[in-house]
Amino acid sequence: MPSDLVHEYMRIDHLPQIWCPGCGNGVIMHDVAVAIQELIEDPETGLRRDDIVIVSGIGCSSRAAGYLDFNSIHTTHGRAIAFATGIKFANPKLHVIVLTGDGDCSAIGGNHLIHAARRNMGLTVIAFNNDIYGMTGGQYSPTTPNGDKATTAPYGNVDRPFDIANLATGAGASFSARGDIYHARETIDIIKEAILHKGFSLVDVYSICPTYYGRKNKKGDAVEMLKWQRDNLIPTARWYSMPENERADKKLIGILSYNDYPEYTEEYAKILEACRKKEKVKEGAKR
Amino acid sequence: MAKAVLMQGNEAAVEGAIVAGMRFFAGYPITPSTEIAEQSALRLPQVGGKFIQMEDELASVAAVLGASAAGMKAMTATSGPGFSLMQENIGYAAMAEIPCVIVDVQRAGPSTGLATSPAQGDYMQARWGTHGDHPVIVLSPSSVLETYTLIIRAFNLAEKYRTPVIFLMDEIVGHLREGVELPKAGDLIINRRKMSFHDGANKQCYFVPEGEYVPAMKPFGQGERYNITGLAHDQSGFPTNDHAIAGRLIGRLLDKVNRNVDNIVRVEEYAMDDAETAVICFGGTARAAMSAVLEARAAGRKVGMFRPITVWPFPEKQLRARLPQLKSILMVEHNYGQMLLEVQRIVGGAVPVDFLGRIDGTVIPPTDILEKLEEREAKQHAQ
Repeated sequence: MPSDLVHEYMRIDHLPQIWCPGCGNGVIMHDVAVAIQELIEDPETGLRRDDIVIVSGIGCSSRAAGYLDFNSIHTTHGRAIAFATGIKFANPKLHVIVLTGDGDCSAIGGNHLIHAARRNMGLTVIAFNNDIYGMTGGQYSPTTPNGDKATTAPYGNVDRPFDIANLATGAGASFSARGDIYHARETIDIIKEAILHKGFSLVDVYSICPTYYGRKNKKGDAVEMLKWQRDNLIPTARWYSMPENERADKKLIGILSYNDYPEYTEEYAKILEACRKKEKVKEGAKR
Repeated sequence: MAKAVLMQGNEAAVEGAIVAGMRFFAGYPITPSTEIAEQSALRLPQVGGKFIQMEDELASVAAVLGASAAGMKAMTATSGPGFSLMQENIGYAAMAEIPCVIVDVQRAGPSTGLATSPAQGDYMQARWGTHGDHPVIVLSPSSVLETYTLIIRAFNLAEKYRTPVIFLMDEIVGHLREGVELPKAGDLIINRRKMSFHDGANKQCYFVPEGEYVPAMKPFGQGERYNITGLAHDQSGFPTNDHAIAGRLIGRLLDKVNRNVDNIVRVEEYAMDDAETAVICFGGTARAAMSAVLEARAAGRKVGMFRPITVWPFPEKQLRARLPQLKSILMVEHNYGQMLLEVQRIVGGAVPVDFLGRIDGTVIPPTDILEKLEEREAKQHAQ
């Protein structure tokens, strides 16, 4: 039986989803739905369901937009953040959440990611990061680790990978964080903070792709891949109590950078207000 | 009529668009269209509208589609290289039925080409640039005043048919400055998309009643949750692999334009009533063509001008109606023969079709057109 969450926030008619057994994307979609549910149920947030717009690009990740029962738009490959920019700027009261993948947002759409971060456009970007192009059958992506195998890297990947959260920080994102699918509760809380954040926010959520990435690189099944996350991705509370030498080959799950830079649409609203006053004065003078 | 003002073509595109209700512009600088972005940046905040300079043309058209989905009339402007970059999302706009106006101020190509020189080499790209069979409407103005009034029509058609409208300018018209007497706002018709879905069991975002072609479009954030996708989709807006449903969808998208051709097509015919030769041209080329026709008429020759204003779909019926009276046609355009192909298809060998084109970035002068007309006359006398 579907849970209350599924009944309330997912489009039952369009389930089950198309993802492979063991795929991490369903967990991330669940985390996003729970985060939104908890924010809506908290009267202090003032978040309304119809003010949420889900925007996605192309790839395994981006199918999530169709399953979530909100205003949703499944756009073209790489362009989700650019579409989202248009939606947010046209109607700043909307909460625009972009569901994207590692290839979608850091390869073909990398330019839009860094520029939305730089502008501090009030979007929340959730990157479903599974280190591979899954929809097309397992080609290496910008986050595939160096040396790992993929159908287009049969002798090992020569590229060095992006760390998407650090990339966003470097581009000036006012909120950049990392989550994963093992630490679901922590990731839900991070997503909630990202949605409440006024400016640009990015959460790089480490997913798993047992079918194409795991199998090719002998990482074991989904359970083994989850255990790897458990042992190597460390939530904030534990991270800072860990000795430095133990952190070296591990990654922090939590908020990596935070700033309260002015948000783009709010800054533009000031220009609109100034112009409105000027036009009013002009009209008055005409009379 | 108001008093005349001196205006540039690119500026007129912005002023007309604002009158049409454009309140969102996203763009990227490129010669010779940049003044459209500059003027939008200046003018939009004065009318409560929004301007954003995006990181590239891919982003510009995407932002325009996002803004349109959120309920705004939105536009972008570019030139050849940027127009090529926009093609994928122009197809998305056609498939997802998101109204938008895309201005292409043509310059000489291919590639970076002659960035500041006039050309009309994007005629075919405007029709066939994006992949797959898709509907598109393309309008082309030949003066500053017409830029102003025609871009209003571009918005009206985009809203009415929920399809991208390409506003195909060229450097000649874009950078032209003319004195224009702008029409009064009250004399203009401004359309808006149907905004509420059909009720009851048919409350589906892409539901179209029998005999109609265009679904209503409610802006995001106004109550009814729905899905938009570039995948083949059913009436509820969700992806489908059902070939029958996909076939019906694409068929309806094409029918929106094909079955409304009479409503969409506009053509200017000058001195065509008794013409035996038609000079066919569009956009900025019409200025030289008009001079040539006037001169030919002054010399007592039966020459007229046939100028498609809607360049896609081509005014096929109108041209066919003229064929019985014509002895020859001269196609004049600033390219290697693009509209020529469409004219040849329609004429089907009924009368000889001559061609005068340019690909070096220079402008065709009226004298060249007259010369070409004389060549044809000489041939006819020799027969």
